[in-house]
Amino acid sequence: MVIEGEIFSFLGPNGAGKSTVINILTTLLPIQKGSARIAGFDVKTDPEKIRESIGIVFQELTLDRDMTVREILEYHGRLYSMPKTERQERIEELMKLVELEGKRDTLTKHLSGGMKRRLEIARGLMTRPKVLFMDEPTIGLDPQTRIRIWDYMRDINKQGTTIFLTTHYMDEADQLSDRISIIDHGEIIVTGKPWELKNALGEDLIYLETSDNAAASGLLKELSSVRGIREKTKGIVVMVNVDGTYLLPEIMDILRNGGVRVKAVNLKKPSMDDVFVHYTGRELRDEGAEKGSVAIMRAGRR
Amino acid sequence: MNTGFLTIYWRDMLRFVRFRTLLFASLVQPALWLAFFGIAMSNNFDRLTATLPVLPGIRAVDYLTFIGAGVIAMTTLFTSLFGGTVLLFDKNWGLMRETLSSPIPRIHIIIGIGLSGMTKSFIQASVILGFGLLLGVQFFEGYSLMQLLVSLLGIMLFVGVFSLGFLFLSAAIAISMESPEGMQAVITLLTMPFFFTSNALYPVSSFPPLLRALSTINPLTHLVNGIRYFAIGNDFSAIGIHYVYTQSEILVSFLALLAFAGIMFLIARWRFSKVTVT
Repeated sequence: MVIEGEIFSFLGPNGAGKSTVINILTTLLPIQKGSARIAGFDVKTDPEKIRESIGIVFQELTLDRDMTVREILEYHGRLYSMPKTERQERIEELMKLVELEGKRDTLTKHLSGGMKRRLEIARGLMTRPKVLFMDEPTIGLDPQTRIRIWDYMRDINKQGTTIFLTTHYMDEADQLSDRISIIDHGEIIVTGKPWELKNALGEDLIYLETSDNAAASGLLKELSSVRGIREKTKGIVVMVNVDGTYLLPEIMDILRNGGVRVKAVNLKKPSMDDVFVHYTGRELRDEGAEKGSVAIMRAGRR
Repeated sequence: MNTGFLTIYWRDMLRFVRFRTLLFASLVQPALWLAFFGIAMSNNFDRLTATLPVLPGIRAVDYLTFIGAGVIAMTTLFTSLFGGTVLLFDKNWGLMRETLSSPIPRIHIIIGIGLSGMTKSFIQASVILGFGLLLGVQFFEGYSLMQLLVSLLGIMLFVGVFSLGFLFLSAAIAISMESPEGMQAVITLLTMPFFFTSNALYPVSSFPPLLRALSTINPLTHLVNGIRYFAIGNDFSAIGIHYVYTQSEILVSFLALLAFAGIMFLIARWRFSKVTVT
């Protein structure tokens, strides 16, 4: 359920089913079972109505190399039967928005990666869609361009377009989204506002490298404010449910009194990466079937 | 009325004029066919047939004039059969996702590609006609201006319907295939039987029965009939053979082309309804 007017992020490891969901919601793939409604229309019965109400920025670049910037937008506007004057006005307006006015008659093959992406976003907005689907819109772009594109997205969203975003950049999801869903193996595992998800994880993470990690774990487990401890290759990560900056001195004392020497300390507020790894249970590139079933169990528990 | 097909048409024509080399090649290639093959074969055939008795009272045309119609037909066949390739590239490069996720009905994609291919065929046919007349093809001999206009219209009508049929076929193949190489192979394979069982380059009257039957159902034969009827006349001899076309024969040829285009359209529509591009 995506609420009208929000930026909604859809996160999941490769192969989790994100693109399949987008393809179904954008009516490129038929829905197998269940139902879905976009802008009030059912994907099964009203695909044409949906196509009129949505805009899409695809994961891969889908620009005709041999058309100019203006022609790309012109073609798109025509596909949606926009009247000529409205089309022309919108083209000017959007080229200004994504700062491609100077490139209007440049073939897209001569554009840089960032320009191409901006053009695609402009194209997605040509028809003032109710819902804009963006499938990894900032993949492979430099930080400047990403930040610029985020600005466009916020602008667009403010003007009333609901944005359905998928991304592998957790910071992107964190900064932009009103709400996030994490999916794996075709199931939604968790949904919530970014801060809710991060809080639910346990507030802060304290990373410790000590002379005896096992002993350190044993000592810290007793603390009521410690929610859990994870083993890393060289150290341990302690998840705490209070503000770590105040707990850290106490932890250091406990360890020192217990005869454990602390070699390194790092305090980290949880990031969306942590949330993501926590819920999907593995790093992105691991495709272990056994760990996968754990994720499904988690989904089932919820 | 939804004019989505005009959008598809617009884009395809845009690309056609943008690729200067492609445009140039597609116009020069048929002219070269006529120049090299036409003149070379023409001299051979005219010498071979020089000893044949001339049919009295019947206009005899030389071989270059005879295959002038064939070269127009052949060029239309090749261009149209390859005309759908753009769809395969669009599909493979992801460009078709934009079109397929837009409100435009799929049938308009087929129609748009058909119309742009037809336009290209018109341009090519005109170039060959003009070039052929320069080379000495005896088309439109003794025609009044009115007759000339009617003839040109007739030729374009035949060329148009014929090219639509093969463009629909090409679109159906393109949308069903995965690789450009595969498409190339299939189309090259297809052109052979169409080309060689037709009356484009030689008469079919001395074919063995099976080949004759094939030539009768071959759209290319019907196109060539139409072009010869309009460009040369309904009563002439070439290579020692007497050609007489009645109006009803020409009408049958035209209807055959219409039927062919119709069937190919249905096939293309069916293939497009099956397509999922993700």
